[in-house]
Amino acid sequence: MITMGGTMRLTIITLAAAVTLSSTVFAEPTAPGNIKFGENGEVELALTGVAGDAASGRKLFMNRKKGNCLACHVNSDMVEQTFHGEVGPELDGVADRWDAAELRGILVNSKNMFEGTIMPAFYRDSGYNRILKKFDGTTILSAQEVEDMLAYVMTLKE
Amino acid sequence: MNITSLLPLAVSIAIVAGFVTAGEDSTLTIDGEVFVTKAAAPAHLENVDEIFSGWTFRLDETQALQMDDFDNPAFVFVDQALDQFEMVEGSAGKACSSCHDSAEVFSGLRASMPRVNSAGDLETIPELINNCRTERMGAEKWKWSGGQMSAMLGLIGLQSRGMPVEVAIDGPAASFWEKGKELYYMRVGQLDMACSSCHEDNYGNMIRADHLSQGQINGFPTYRLKNAKLNTIHGRFKGCMKNIRATPFKEGSDEFKALELYVASRANGLSVETPSVRN
Repeated sequence: MITMGGTMRLTIITLAAAVTLSSTVFAEPTAPGNIKFGENGEVELALTGVAGDAASGRKLFMNRKKGNCLACHVNSDMVEQTFHGEVGPELDGVADRWDAAELRGILVNSKNMFEGTIMPAFYRDSGYNRILKKFDGTTILSAQEVEDMLAYVMTLKE
Repeated sequence: MNITSLLPLAVSIAIVAGFVTAGEDSTLTIDGEVFVTKAAAPAHLENVDEIFSGWTFRLDETQALQMDDFDNPAFVFVDQALDQFEMVEGSAGKACSSCHDSAEVFSGLRASMPRVNSAGDLETIPELINNCRTERMGAEKWKWSGGQMSAMLGLIGLQSRGMPVEVAIDGPAASFWEKGKELYYMRVGQLDMACSSCHEDNYGNMIRADHLSQGQINGFPTYRLKNAKLNTIHGRFKGCMKNIRATPFKEGSDEFKALELYVASRANGLSVETPSVRN
């Protein structure tokens, strides 16, 4: 019978650690407080060094605990989901109307672009009033999740 | 494009709209009594012209449940409160009925609450009930949103059913009302929303499968299909705040009492619907 030797196991663990480490070294996410907004609230620079994954972003879009974008926006790319919200504008063709930097800015904190909007800021971790303790100091989406979401909404063209 | 080619489109729009706005134009009647479910907004409302009962935003099936007291599940709890009304409790050996002939003596109370008392405090019905229990009966207080309290609130509120909401907002109530108004427009929580974000700016819109109402409280306590019990006003405020990831104020707190007065005043002119049915 062949069993995995101690050395072999150690090598695998070390390899896994190295992979994790290397991705963080190359992709230190920008902290919410360090984001540079342009004049109109756009954000030019990606929040991480890892390209956004549109498939992952699509899942975040409908996830009620994450983006929950469908709660407020119609999105014809998701006709399989019932009950699209009507609070915000329809997102069909949204990538024809806005560029990546603008959409990133809207995702991070749309209040810089649209004063008084009901839309939550998805990448802001301070300045809230009476925030529930378990969310204090957190952002609704992680930096990578914002990039994934952006990659997905950039596919919404007409 | 001719008219006939537009017809199917018009029909499908009508179907969608009919679903979403089910019953906005229907009339709430119970035992032949007609309720005011929409009215001109009271003068103090700056951003809304017309006020609507939450009943008008619900689907036909939910609306129907409230139109017949035998179908209305809230009456199970109202019946429990009728028994409780006669129940002797506490060191003084009294029941509610020892001092109050019947629940009917509270006719009109629900329509004017909360109100400022002679001591200058803003008071609510749960506080009146608990005062009676501790001061006159020598009994334990009830929890603000407990089963006994919400049932008794249902019984007392029922005595004003059909009467127009008419809470005072001037004189000694003015400072409480101003504080409540400030809270209504205050953004809170990680979702950073105020009551007004949904219930003033977006009523009538769908938020996923929910049809946003004006957040009127003229039907409270309300039986919610969601949790199959009577829900108090402060209990509902608390739930809303948690939904937007905010630390709620405490039930019975000065903040929620002031907010209750302000929100109640936004329904001045609608009928009391206690005990209502919502989803």
